[in-house]
Amino acid sequence: MSATPVLDIQDLRFQRKGRDWQLALDALRLAPGESMFLHGPSGSGKSTLLNLVGGTLAPQQGRLMVCGADFSALSGAARDRLRADRLGIIFQQFNLVPFLGMVDNVLLPCRFSRRRAQAATSRFGSPVKAAQALLDRLGLREQTFHAAPVAELSVGQQQRVAVARALIGAPDLVLADEPTSALDADTREDFLRLLFAECKSASSALLFVSHDLSLAPRFSSQASLSGLKAPA
Amino acid sequence: MIALPHIALRSLRNRAFTAVLTVLSVALSVMLLVGVERMRVDTRESFLRSVSGTDLIVGARSHPVQLLLYSVFRLGDPTNNLDWGAVQRLQSDPRVAWVVPLSLGDSHRGFRVVGTEPDYFTRIGYAGGRNLEFASGRTFPGGTGDGLFETVLGADVAQTLRYRLGDQIVLAHGTARVAVQKHDDRPFTVIGVLARSGTPADQGVFVSLPAIEAIHLDWRGGTRIATHGGEAAIDPARLQPTSVSALFVGLKARRDTFTIQREVNTAPEEPLTAILPGVALQQLWGLLGGVERALKLAAAAVVAAALMVLLTTTLATLNERRREMAILRSVGAGPRHVFGLLLLEAGGLALAGGLVGLVLLELGLRIAAPVLQANYGLFLPPRWPAPDELRLVAGVLAAGVGVGLLPAIVAWRRSVQDGMTVRQ
Repeated sequence: MSATPVLDIQDLRFQRKGRDWQLALDALRLAPGESMFLHGPSGSGKSTLLNLVGGTLAPQQGRLMVCGADFSALSGAARDRLRADRLGIIFQQFNLVPFLGMVDNVLLPCRFSRRRAQAATSRFGSPVKAAQALLDRLGLREQTFHAAPVAELSVGQQQRVAVARALIGAPDLVLADEPTSALDADTREDFLRLLFAECKSASSALLFVSHDLSLAPRFSSQASLSGLKAPA
Repeated sequence: MIALPHIALRSLRNRAFTAVLTVLSVALSVMLLVGVERMRVDTRESFLRSVSGTDLIVGARSHPVQLLLYSVFRLGDPTNNLDWGAVQRLQSDPRVAWVVPLSLGDSHRGFRVVGTEPDYFTRIGYAGGRNLEFASGRTFPGGTGDGLFETVLGADVAQTLRYRLGDQIVLAHGTARVAVQKHDDRPFTVIGVLARSGTPADQGVFVSLPAIEAIHLDWRGGTRIATHGGEAAIDPARLQPTSVSALFVGLKARRDTFTIQREVNTAPEEPLTAILPGVALQQLWGLLGGVERALKLAAAAVVAAALMVLLTTTLATLNERRREMAILRSVGAGPRHVFGLLLLEAGGLALAGGLVGLVLLELGLRIAAPVLQANYGLFLPPRWPAPDELRLVAGVLAAGVGVGLLPAIVAWRRSVQDGMTVRQ
C-alpha cells in the first residue's frame, strides 16, 4: 500500500491567453517526504507551473492532483484553502512582506490556515514559538534581528526566513522556485543543507524547480519541464 | 488568528506619514460636517431654552425677528422705544398676568445693560420652566429710594471681569465695545450674581428701570450736559420711566394670546409689534435655513474632497504593493483576502478619521464655547455626539468604504491575474 502522492501530474497542458506557447508536463509523481529536482530552463513555464501547483491558476487539460485533491474539480477558493493548509512556497527572491517583522512574516501561513497553526502549536506550543524555533535553527536568532525591518536583511537571510515560513506548521509539500539563484556559492551550500534538513524534520516533500542541473544529484528524483509550441 | 486586521494595521503603520495625513484630512472634514450639524441643533436648542414662560413680547413696530433678537438675545439694537403708556395699558388688562419691561441701550465693558424690574428674575424662565437663580447675593429693590444704584450680574459677566459682591462698576453710554461716554458720575454696587443658565442672562448687567432714568438725567441727545447733584438731590418723580425697549408679557390664559397679539398690533395709540416667541423663532429658522443648507453643502463637499485624498493615496500604493499581494497569495490568501485587505485599510482610515474628527470637534468646542457665548450668545456645551451626528460619521465611514471599493476591486483583479508571480 502506497500513500497518496502529494503531487500527481499527468499530461498537463496549460496555455496562457494570447500566447502561442504552452506548458507541457507529461508525468510527475511525488510521494510524501520525497524530494524532487524539476529541471526548468528559463522560458519553460516555471512560474506557470508554480501557479498551477499552488492553485492560483486553474488547470486546463490533463490531471493535476495535490494531496489527493483534483485541482480541475476544485473552485479557486478551495484551491486557495488547500495551498494555505498544505503548501509552503519559496520564491527566487523578494519573499518577505516588507512591513512585517521576521516573526510575523514566518507566521503568515498560520494566519491563513488553522491547520498549519494547529500543527505548529502541537509541535512547538504556539505558532510564535514555532516561528522562533525555526528561525533559531536557521541561524536567525530572533533577539538579534527582532527590531530590524526585514528589508535590511541580506538576501541569504531573507531566503532563510522564507524557508522558515514555508515550513511552519509542517506542510505536505514545499515548492521552491529557483530559491538559490540569488545566492553566492557558499551561501547556496548552507541554504540547501538547511532546506533539506528542515523538510526532513517536518516530513515535507520538496519540489525544487531550477535551471541549475548541478544541483540535481542531491534529490531523490528528477523530472524536467518543457515548453511546447502550441498546436495551431 | 485573524489575518487581515493585523496585516492591514501593519501596512498602515508602515505608511504612517501618509496614513496620518489622510486620517487628518478626513478628520477635519468630519469635524466640519458634524460641527455644522452641532451648530444648527445647539443654536436652536440654545435659542429655544432662552425663552420660556413668556407668552408675548411687545416692542415698537419692527420685524418680529428683530424684536426677538434684541429683546431676548440682546443682539442688535431696538429701532424705537415704546411709550410707558403701553406698559400701563397691558398691566391693567385683566387677561394679563404679568408684564416685565426691558430698557436697553447701555453697556459695561462689552456686556449689555438690561434695565428691568426685580420680577424679571422670577418671571423670565428658561429651558422649559426653570427660573433664574442667584449664585450669591440678592436682587435690587427696584424702587426709587434705597438701592437705586445696585446691580445684578450674569454669571459670565462676574466670571470674565472677576467681580464680587460689593464691587463698584461704571456703566457706559451706548453699546459700542470701546465706550467713549461713561456714566462715571453714578457708579453701581454689585449686590447679586446669577447662577449660570446657558441663556443670554449670563451676559446681562441688570439694573432697575429708575436707575436707567437716573443715569440719563442730565443727558440730551447722547451727551452729558451737566453733572448730577448727588444721590440725595435726585427727585424721585423724575425717575419714572417714560419709555422702554420691550415688554415681556405673561397671560392668565393661553387662549387669549392671539387676541391680545392682534389688539397690540392694531393699537391706535402707537405702532407696536407683539410676537409669540416660538413663532418668531420659527421665522428666524426660516431665514437661517438657506444659510444652514449652504453650510451643510460646503461641509459635504469638504468630506468628498477628503475621501478623494483617501482614494488617491490608496490607489497610488497599489503598484508598489503588487509583489506584497503575490506573497500573501503564496501563503494562502485568496483574491477575496486581497480585496478585504484593501477595503479594511480604506475603512480603517475613514473610521480613524471619523473618530479623530469627533475628538477634534470636542476640543475645538471647548476652546470656542466661551467665545461663542460671549459674542453671539450661543450656548454650546461640550457633550457626547448625538445620534444624528453619529449617523453622519457612519455615513462618512460608509462613503469611505465605498471609495475603498475601487482600489479593492483593482487589487482583486490584479491578484487573480498575477497569482503568486508578478509579471511586470
